[in-house]
Amino acid sequence: MTEKSFFRRSAIGIVFFWITLFVLIPNLLVIICSFLERDPAHFIRFVFSTESYRNLFAAVFFRIFLNSFKNAFIATLVCLLLSYPFAILLCRVRPSLRRYLLVLIIIPFWTSSLIRTYALVILLKGNGILNSLLMGAGLIREPLQILYSDFAVFCGLVYTLLPFMILPLYGNIEKLDIRMVEAAFDLGASRMQTFFRIILPLTMPGIIAGSILVFLPALGLFYIPDILGGAKSMLIGNFIRDQFLTARDWPFGAAASVILTAVMGFMLLAYYYSLKRFNAKLME
Amino acid sequence: MTQVVVRLENIAKHYDDQIAVENLHLDIFAGEFLTLLGPSGCGKTTILRLIAGFEMPDSGNIFIGGVRVNDLAPNQRDVNTVFQSYALFPHMDVFDNVAFGLKIRGLKNREVFTRVTEVLEMVRLKGLEKRSVTQLSGGQQQRVAFARAVVNEPLVLLLDEPLSALDYRLRKEMQLELKRYQRKLGITFIFVTHDQEEAMTMSDRIIVMNQGRAEQVGTPKEIYEEPVNLFVANFIGEINIFDGFVVEIGSERLSTRMEGHMFHLLNRRGFQPGRKIRILLRPEDIQVHKTRPADYFPSLEGQVEELIYKGSTVDLQIRLASGKSVYVTEFFNEYAEDIFYSRGQQVWLRWFDGWEVILPDD
Repeated sequence: MTEKSFFRRSAIGIVFFWITLFVLIPNLLVIICSFLERDPAHFIRFVFSTESYRNLFAAVFFRIFLNSFKNAFIATLVCLLLSYPFAILLCRVRPSLRRYLLVLIIIPFWTSSLIRTYALVILLKGNGILNSLLMGAGLIREPLQILYSDFAVFCGLVYTLLPFMILPLYGNIEKLDIRMVEAAFDLGASRMQTFFRIILPLTMPGIIAGSILVFLPALGLFYIPDILGGAKSMLIGNFIRDQFLTARDWPFGAAASVILTAVMGFMLLAYYYSLKRFNAKLME
Repeated sequence: MTQVVVRLENIAKHYDDQIAVENLHLDIFAGEFLTLLGPSGCGKTTILRLIAGFEMPDSGNIFIGGVRVNDLAPNQRDVNTVFQSYALFPHMDVFDNVAFGLKIRGLKNREVFTRVTEVLEMVRLKGLEKRSVTQLSGGQQQRVAFARAVVNEPLVLLLDEPLSALDYRLRKEMQLELKRYQRKLGITFIFVTHDQEEAMTMSDRIIVMNQGRAEQVGTPKEIYEEPVNLFVANFIGEINIFDGFVVEIGSERLSTRMEGHMFHLLNRRGFQPGRKIRILLRPEDIQVHKTRPADYFPSLEGQVEELIYKGSTVDLQIRLASGKSVYVTEFFNEYAEDIFYSRGQQVWLRWFDGWEVILPDD
């Protein structure tokens, strides 16, 4: 064996081993677990069963599922509406300022998002900074009940996931050929027409990529609804955690995990194919 | 007199400290093919963008169809542009690209269809309506870009080096094609190029630009045969430039010393004695003799240094006694069957009286 091929094999081998150990095996365990029976004493009993999946289609779980999707969808939409103008702005400011703004977007990644979520509590709570400011300004008399509401959950989700929307959008909008916009103007299009007929379709890959990067984590980030929503609204992330840690129904939690993973997988697949079609259209 | 469709009045435009256009006055007439010709950075594209509305002039007025358009946005001006790299919309097929302007104007689907089909037929793209523009060849993309602009029947069509991305053969073809469309449609074309040959082929009038100024405005013939200054003379075609000095003037002619001989040339510009001048001769205006011509008109003696056979012509590089190189082009025709020379051969150069251009030596 030559030295080069040894290097190649070991480099691939280590990563392969790592992924097998920490990604493939745990996922396989979850899938296997979801097809087993519950045992109060030993968590699981090694008997094949599809009961967990059948239970998933019960009304309660379905509502949780829908509610999670609704929340994630709204969070994604808010992120998109906030990020798009900002990404355009990023592309239009002078380069020195742009670098500074990009660093500002990345800085939050230096702190654990769990800690940042607790920081939001301090901001939003009854005698917190936001309420103090509003009362100090004379806008409100009594502190608003912001914390432990859906609003607080959205604040947390949008705050945590905003960079994941901005960065792909920025990457896409920056590549947008300014002459496309000029050509549209030249052909008589107004600003609105140019935006909806040219800019929006051409930045669709960025919109889709950003939406997936926000939507999927928004489904699973269980600690944000927990901490900011006061564990009142049951979301799919919390539900799965509760099945494992509180209800001790491992097969049921595993089944919910598998369904969630499958849904995410389908969405990624759809994204992959739509992007491939889009690129094929652009690049050929 | 023909009607003025675009008038540029005292236009000036700066980018930071850089002068892009300086004090430009220009009338563009209905139905003409006008070319802005010049080296890169001479301001020709800026003029196009000023007319289209993508740039605002620092001073001066722009009129299109008699209306001052300084404050009108590009989408409100009755001009369309064929962009240098076409700027086709990659997410639309050929039909939708061409139909874009008409749909924006709110035309009925049936009329959009009729007009787009008509234009696509003209540019020979019928049958490719549903093709994605990214799957087209360079020449086809060029035609789509052209069709997308002319389908709107603008008052003026602006073309920003539309052929520069095409290979030589295709460019030649498209030059003639564009010229044909222009005649057929009767639309005023303002064409930007740095290629003097392209400008000569297509234009009714050429504006030679340099550093934001119009050096000369005229028909291709005027610009080629009577360049007003050395920049124009050098930029358009090959030219030989000789230094001279006016010794004395007669009633019509001046006497100048040039390459060690005294020449008596027509004094069209009224040069005074003592003036340093440049005498300009096109390579094809020079005649080559194998023996010293025996008349009073002096000839320049030299040796053939280089011979370049070009098929329809033979180009000679001749070294004069002074050491100066002169380029001469000889055409094959029935009178010049004997235009083959050998390297090092002694020759004498002359030209027809009055074919030279004399410019002041600035």
